[in-house]
Amino acid sequence: MPSAQQVSVRLIVDGQEHHVELDPRVSVMDAIRDRLGITTVKKGCDHGQCGACTVLVDGRRIISCLTLAASYDGAQVTTAAGLGSTDQLSDIQAAFVDRDALQCGYCTPGQICSAAGMFAEAEAGMPSHVTADVSDLQKVRLTPEEISERMSGNLCRCGAYAHIREALTDVAQERGQA
Amino acid sequence: MKDFEYVRATTVSDALAQHERETTAYLAGGTNLVDHLRLGIRRPDRIVDISRLDLGGIEETPDGGLRVGANVRNADLAMSPLVRQRFPFVSQALLAGASGQIRAMASTGGNLLQRTRCVYFQDRSTPCNKREPGSGCSAIDGFGKYNALIGQSDQCVAVHPSDLCLPFAALDAVVHVTGRSGDRAIPFAEFHRLPGDDPSRDTNLEPGELIVAIEIPPLPWATRSRYRKVRDRASYAFALVSVAAALDIADGHVQDLRLALGGVSHKPYRAYLAEEQLRGRPATAEVFEVAIDAELAAAHPGGENAYKLPMLRRTVVAVLQELAEGAVR
Ligand SMILES: Cc1cc2nc3c(=O)[nH]c(=O)nc-3n(C[C@H](O)[C@H](O)[C@H](O)COP(=O)(O)OP(=O)(O)OC[C@H]3O[C@@H](n4cnc5c(N)ncnc54)[C@H](O)[C@@H]3O)c2cc1C
Ligand code: SF4
Ligand code: FES
Ligand code: FES
Repeated sequence: MPSAQQVSVRLIVDGQEHHVELDPRVSVMDAIRDRLGITTVKKGCDHGQCGACTVLVDGRRIISCLTLAASYDGAQVTTAAGLGSTDQLSDIQAAFVDRDALQCGYCTPGQICSAAGMFAEAEAGMPSHVTADVSDLQKVRLTPEEISERMSGNLCRCGAYAHIREALTDVAQERGQA
Repeated sequence: MKDFEYVRATTVSDALAQHERETTAYLAGGTNLVDHLRLGIRRPDRIVDISRLDLGGIEETPDGGLRVGANVRNADLAMSPLVRQRFPFVSQALLAGASGQIRAMASTGGNLLQRTRCVYFQDRSTPCNKREPGSGCSAIDGFGKYNALIGQSDQCVAVHPSDLCLPFAALDAVVHVTGRSGDRAIPFAEFHRLPGDDPSRDTNLEPGELIVAIEIPPLPWATRSRYRKVRDRASYAFALVSVAAALDIADGHVQDLRLALGGVSHKPYRAYLAEEQLRGRPATAEVFEVAIDAELAAAHPGGENAYKLPMLRRTVVAVLQELAEGAVR
């Protein structure tokens, strides 16, 4: 049953501005996929448990399924397509190709966005669950162990993680974060 | 998902005014509420979005404690240099919870109010007194692996799920709230409730009351503190049991101690008895064991959750030993 209320929502997706009238129940993910027809954002579980729907909002990674689009009015959303194009892959995307780090089409875009968020967090000094001493304010180094922990919000059911860790270790080395 | 009206609060008083009926819900990060809307286990008819209210900021209090705004994101709290250096187990508890994406969304206030992960509570097709008062409890004779050990009732045996709440309980944090009848400060130990005969109420918040901040009183020796979580997989899972501890030690003797246990009770469980027994005693594994055994003597395991007792005992002893040795801060 459609809602009696419609809310006006402005979303800037991959640099392009959109205005939509939405039922207040619609998530950011559903607004982007179903209303704007941008299908780089994938729906896995719809309950925050798989990470497939990960996008960057104002530069930070979030899951777009446990959101209300109305609450994100005005947000700058970046999907995997906004991080690079087929002609000009971002370093993360190129590393995925080089290392054959591809998972199924459902999981990969969320993995790419999550990785971009992870590098930004590490650059800002965020510790993780495997960081030996959180009270040490020195910049963390993205070891394979750190990468696995930080990427653990992106689950797949087939376990194809090993190449992803290698690809992201390459990126960390190139960026001087390893 | 049931239909609801969406409004965005512009000020704290606007938020209180908009929350005029029991069927209204505040929305912060949405990571728990939106999931419950989707599962159909919460059916508010109005949502008041408080996510843009100016309830942010991590500030030092004049006496050396911290005041954390309700809207501070879990990721930002975990990353704060003040938190990491003064209260490292707060940061560790946050980093042990959920995922990077969820921590970037989840708020401090919302974390205190997240609801149990009891599988029956989450499943609308089964009886559950917390979800539907009077319908019964499916967990008592059902899947019991996650059930509480202490303080449960014949109405509900669920545990409180938050990691962050354990160091907050250990630190005697104070929850600052505001409501239509004014402001109050609720000591952490009085914030969450045991199930008793009304498990539908998780906390002592009054309807419409808004959390504005959490205050952590000073505790200089909390620089030596640790959070450890035991779970079914290495990351991104709720605790089976967990331990938050801060230790003040001199000449091999416990001067003072704060100890809180997770996966144990309907509220973050503060191990007052063990604390009392350990003050002034030698900091050895044997002494730690005796104290935690005394604390867990109050436990009434239901069978499938009995494994938690030895697991807790060993985790507590290991954490206290680590702190005593100063190997890990
Ligand atoms: C897949 C998954 C895994 C998770 N794993 C963990 C874990 O391992 N450990 C852990 O501790 N947590 C975990 N969480 C829970 C997560 O930390 C909480 O959902 C989050 O902290 C809630 O904060 P929020 O801002 O998103 O709250 P919301 O979902 O916005 O709100 C939660 C509740 O609090 C109320 N509320 C929010 N703010 C206020 C306020 N200021 N005043 C009054 N009422 C308010 C809302 O009305 C609602 O009832 C997990 C969540 C998910 C989805
Ligand atoms: S333990 Fe509590 S939350 Fe779980 S089914 Fe029983 S009443 Fe519901
Ligand atoms: S679809 Fe959002 S986390 Fe699975
Ligand atoms: S790669 Fe998509 S489920 Fe494994």
